[in-house]
Amino acid sequence: MSDSGERLAINSDQDVVRVRQLVRTVAVAVKLSLVDQTKLVTAASELARNTFVYGGGGSAEVTRVDNGRRQGIRIVFADEGPGIADLDLALTDGYTTGGGMGLGLSGARRLVDEFAIDTEVGRGTTITVTKWCR
Amino acid sequence: MERVPVLKIGDILLVSIQIDMEDQVALQLQEDLAERIVVTGCHGVIIDISALDIVDSFVGRTLATIASISRVLDAETVVVGMRPAVAITLVELGLSLPGIRTALNVELGMDLLARSRAEEYDDEQDDESDPVVVNES
Amino acid sequence: MALSSEGADRFAALLEENQEALVGAWNDRVVETLRGRLSRTELHRQTGELRRAFQLALAGGATSLADPSAAELRAQLSELSTSRARQGFTATETAVSVFAFKEAVLESLPDDASVLREYIAFSTFVDAAALFTFDSYVQVREALIADQAEQLLELSTPVVKLWEGVVAVPLVGTLDSARAQVVMERLLQTLVDTGSPYAIIDITGVPAVDTQVAQHVLKTVVAARLMGADCIISGIRPQIAQTIVALGIEFGDIATKASLADALRYVLGKTGQSARKPRER
Repeated sequence: MSDSGERLAINSDQDVVRVRQLVRTVAVAVKLSLVDQTKLVTAASELARNTFVYGGGGSAEVTRVDNGRRQGIRIVFADEGPGIADLDLALTDGYTTGGGMGLGLSGARRLVDEFAIDTEVGRGTTITVTKWCR
Repeated sequence: MERVPVLKIGDILLVSIQIDMEDQVALQLQEDLAERIVVTGCHGVIIDISALDIVDSFVGRTLATIASISRVLDAETVVVGMRPAVAITLVELGLSLPGIRTALNVELGMDLLARSRAEEYDDEQDDESDPVVVNES
Repeated sequence: MALSSEGADRFAALLEENQEALVGAWNDRVVETLRGRLSRTELHRQTGELRRAFQLALAGGATSLADPSAAELRAQLSELSTSRARQGFTATETAVSVFAFKEAVLESLPDDASVLREYIAFSTFVDAAALFTFDSYVQVREALIADQAEQLLELSTPVVKLWEGVVAVPLVGTLDSARAQVVMERLLQTLVDTGSPYAIIDITGVPAVDTQVAQHVLKTVVAARLMGADCIISGIRPQIAQTIVALGIEFGDIATKASLADALRYVLGKTGQSARKPRER
């Protein structure tokens, strides 16, 4: 069960900031704890930047979700970029192709409750993350 | 594009980040600081991040780079005012910010800079005056 | 079987005519079940108000408890549940207080078989009211329990200022993951609020730790470092030391001291040393 989400394009640095701010607003609205808000916004920032830098741009859709017991937020990052050839490697701490710290994907995964990735070389990458209220 | 102001207070450059920085703004700050350290001849940099509600790996990396650059330019960098939630998140993210000195607030940061500066000069003086000090035992 | 509107009218009239007798009979029954834990005056006030609320609801044409005209009655019922729950009465005792109303009404009913049908319908109405009380009683109790759990969490996690620039958290009792998290967040916040660069986490009163709790403590130490503060862990019991080693948890370069006193001495030594350096510029 979920409301229809809000969708933002990610085509620039400013868009990454906008995604952060939207996620923060929704996180406050579903009453995530301060630490959980911070974790989710940080994860969103990492993934939004990945979408922009590696995916060549794409979008983020932020949705409030409710599984009957708890409220939460789901964010779907989608791009039509080159995709990820070796997923295991990309999820390893310290691995990077973009000159970052190599913590984007693996770090973001540790900051959320649910993390799903769907990628195909040449087609693009879709990452879905969810964080539930405790 | 917005710019983060760099203030000179005595021997210290103070940067207080008050905005949600775009990546370009962070890189600009890195450049501005390097320039200001050279121009002013300051030996300490304090970066106040108490207004930041998140620090992601990009900002973390920028802070680490600033610290390294300023060290090369003979200036010590202290990052102050990190919020608890931000620190907890950074630990979870796996970012330990090696090489960055931190303090709880600007005042403690200034103490830290003054102390490490004093130690640096004390050591040098001690080395020189070592043979003379005999009466202390 | 639902109450008809004529039935509602009739009972409204009945409740008004016999109010003195009704409240009296009602009180007599309830007093037995409460065994003197509530004063008669207090009870008299409650039943009096409830009777009035029932009468108003019925006079307003309420045929079921959900009707808008029964809003005042519902409010009275939940107020009753709240006060009973807070005073420590059981759910049964609370519901019986409402059920007893039926018997009181039955006594003042004319000896006439024709009203029996309506009485049964009325009785269903009171049953619904009693169930409503039951529900709100449970809600109030749950809220109470949640409040107490929170208070307990606060009680058990004091962060105290030990010295200028030194705070301590004496941990007592079993630490579960949730509590460890709360304590650690509070510790970090206290560091900021008091501007204390040193924290001592004393675990003398902790009987056991598991991997998760140890991880929480370790993460807190690292987080405190990121913020510019140092943590010292004191009072590690021999069993806990064994667990830590057996679990392969790396304490790395985190300072550990045998007792809180040792930890404080260690911190003062560190600050004392730096304080001896001239601070004037």
